[in-house]
Amino acid sequence: MTGIVALYIFMLAAFTGYEIIAKVPVILHTPLMSGSNFVHGIVLVGAMVALGGATTPLEKTIGFVGVLLAAGNAVGGYVVTERMLEMFKSSGAKKKSGGGH
Amino acid sequence: MEEVMQAPGVASRFLVIDISYFLTAVLFIMGLKRMSSPVTARSGILWAGAGMLVATLVSFLYPGMSNFELIIAAIVVGSLIAWWSGKKVAMTDMPQMIALYNGMGGGAAAAIAAVELYRAAFANAAGQPVQHSPLIMSLAVIGGIIGAISFSGSLIAWAKLQGVLNKTIRFGGQKFVNGLLFLGSLAVGVIVVLHHGADPLHVSLIFALALLFGIAMTLPIGGADMPVVISLYNALTGLAVAFEGFVMNNAAMIIAGTVVGSAGTLLTQLMAKAMNRSLANVLFSDFGSGGGAAATGPQGSMKPIEASDVGVMMAFASKVIVVPGYGMAVAQAQHKVWEMCQLLIDRGVTVKFAIHPVAGRMPGHMNVLLAEAGVPYDLIADLDEINAEFETADVALIIGANDVVNPVARTDKSSPIYGMPILNADKAKNVIVIKRGQGAGFSGIENALFFLDNTRMLYGDGQKAAAELVNAIKAVA
Repeated sequence: MTGIVALYIFMLAAFTGYEIIAKVPVILHTPLMSGSNFVHGIVLVGAMVALGGATTPLEKTIGFVGVLLAAGNAVGGYVVTERMLEMFKSSGAKKKSGGGH
Repeated sequence: MEEVMQAPGVASRFLVIDISYFLTAVLFIMGLKRMSSPVTARSGILWAGAGMLVATLVSFLYPGMSNFELIIAAIVVGSLIAWWSGKKVAMTDMPQMIALYNGMGGGAAAAIAAVELYRAAFANAAGQPVQHSPLIMSLAVIGGIIGAISFSGSLIAWAKLQGVLNKTIRFGGQKFVNGLLFLGSLAVGVIVVLHHGADPLHVSLIFALALLFGIAMTLPIGGADMPVVISLYNALTGLAVAFEGFVMNNAAMIIAGTVVGSAGTLLTQLMAKAMNRSLANVLFSDFGSGGGAAATGPQGSMKPIEASDVGVMMAFASKVIVVPGYGMAVAQAQHKVWEMCQLLIDRGVTVKFAIHPVAGRMPGHMNVLLAEAGVPYDLIADLDEINAEFETADVALIIGANDVVNPVARTDKSSPIYGMPILNADKAKNVIVIKRGQGAGFSGIENALFFLDNTRMLYGDGQKAAAELVNAIKAVA
C-alpha cells in the first residue's frame, strides 16, 4: 500500500463515517457511540502484530499490555452494545414475543 | 522483513489477510449503518462482531509472528475481564463503562506506538539504522500521543461518573499548564522524529506528558458535561487507531479507525448541540459543575397534590405525556412507571414518553433505560416530535426531570440555560411533577414550571410515587 493510496483510504473512510451518522435519531446516540467504541477495538489486530514481532522484554511487556487492553476494548464494547440494542423493540415485536422482561 | 517476504506461501497468506480485512471493513461499515436505525440496530452489532472475529483470527496468519502464547494469554485475560464487567454493569452506569472500554482502546493504540518508537530509539542509540521513515515515525508519534490522552482522559471520565473521583479540580493558570503539557509532548515528539528515534528517555517523555495532559484536561470538566467528553475521546481513539494503522500498514485499522474518528466527531457535535453548547464551551468552561448563580426566584408557590387525585386525573384523561429524567432512573422507577402507563393504555388513554436530548446522562441514554423497562420505542418521542403535542395533552407527568422542562430557558435572557431547547410541558392542561424535595436542578436554577397555576407537586421518592399511582389507577373502577 503506497502512501497516496493510504491517503485516499483515509479520506474516503472519513466521509463514510460522517455519512453513516448524519441522519441518526437521538434515541440511538448512546448505543451508536458504544458501537463505534467497539469498532475501534480493531486496534487488537495491530497490537497482535506488534506483540508478534516483539523481541526485547520491554517490547514484549508493552505489546502484552496492548493486546490485553485491545481485547478488553473489543469484547467489552461488543457486550455492552449488544445488551443495549437487545432492548430496542417496537410494540408490534413486543406483542409477538409475548411481553417484556 | 525481506527474507520473510520471499518465503514460500507468504504471498498467499498476505492475500488471505488482505481479503479478510477487506471483508471486515465491509462488515464494520454495514454494521454501523444498521446500528443507525432502531429497526435494524440489533443486527448491526452482530455484523460488526463477525467482522472483528474474522480480522482477529486471520491476524494469527501474519508471516514472521512469534510470541503466540503471550498473544493468546493477553486476549483471553483481557476478554474475560471485559466480558464479565460488561455483563454485570447496570444500565444506569453504561456511560462510564463505555468510557472505560474506550480508554482501553486508546491505551492499546499508544502501546503499539510505544513498541515501534522504543524499537527505533534503542536501534538509534545503539548506532543501528532505523527501519521506519520519518513520515511513519511522525504518524506513530501523533497516534501515540492521541491514544495516551484518550487513555488517561477516559479513566478520569470513568472515575468521575462512577463517583470514585468527586472533586472538580481547578486552579489559576490551569489552561496554561495544560497547554504546556500538550505542546511539550508534541515538541519531544518532533525531536524523536528528527533524530531517527532519538533515545528511549525521549520516547518515555512523550507518553508521560501526553498521559498527564489527558488527566489535567479532564479533571476540570463537570460531571454533566462528561458524556460529550467521552464521545470526544471515542473519536480520538478512532483517530489514534487509524494513525497506528498507517504505521502497521494495516488497512482494516485505517478504515475502521477513520470511520469511528469522523463518525465520533460528528456524534460529539450533535451531543454538544443537543445541550445547546459548543464543544469549546464544554471543554474550556465550568458550566457543568453546578453552583451557577441563581436568577431571581419565580413568583407564586408550589402546590402539592395527593397520588390518588393524580390517579383519577390520568385515568380519565385522553392523553398523558410522561417526561422522564435521570432522577427516575436513579430511583429505579422506570419499571413502575411503565406498569402505570400500561394500565392507562388498557383504559384507552394515549400515553407517550417525551425525551429531552440530554435526559439521562448522555443523548439516548434515557431511551436505553426505558427500553430496559420494556417500553416499546415507538411510544418514545424526542423533542422535535413531541413539543407541538403538549398543548393537546391533558396531563404532563414530570418524573425526575428538572432543567429540561424549565420555561425560563424560553423567556429569561439572564438565565444560564436561556436558549437551551426545552420540552414545553408547561403547555399541557395539567402538569404533575414527581419530586423528592424542593431543591433546584443540577444547574442550580429554580424551575418556574413548578410555580405555575396548572402545576401540582407530588412529593416523594420516584419509585414509591409511581407505585402509589399504579394503585390509585387500579382503584378507579
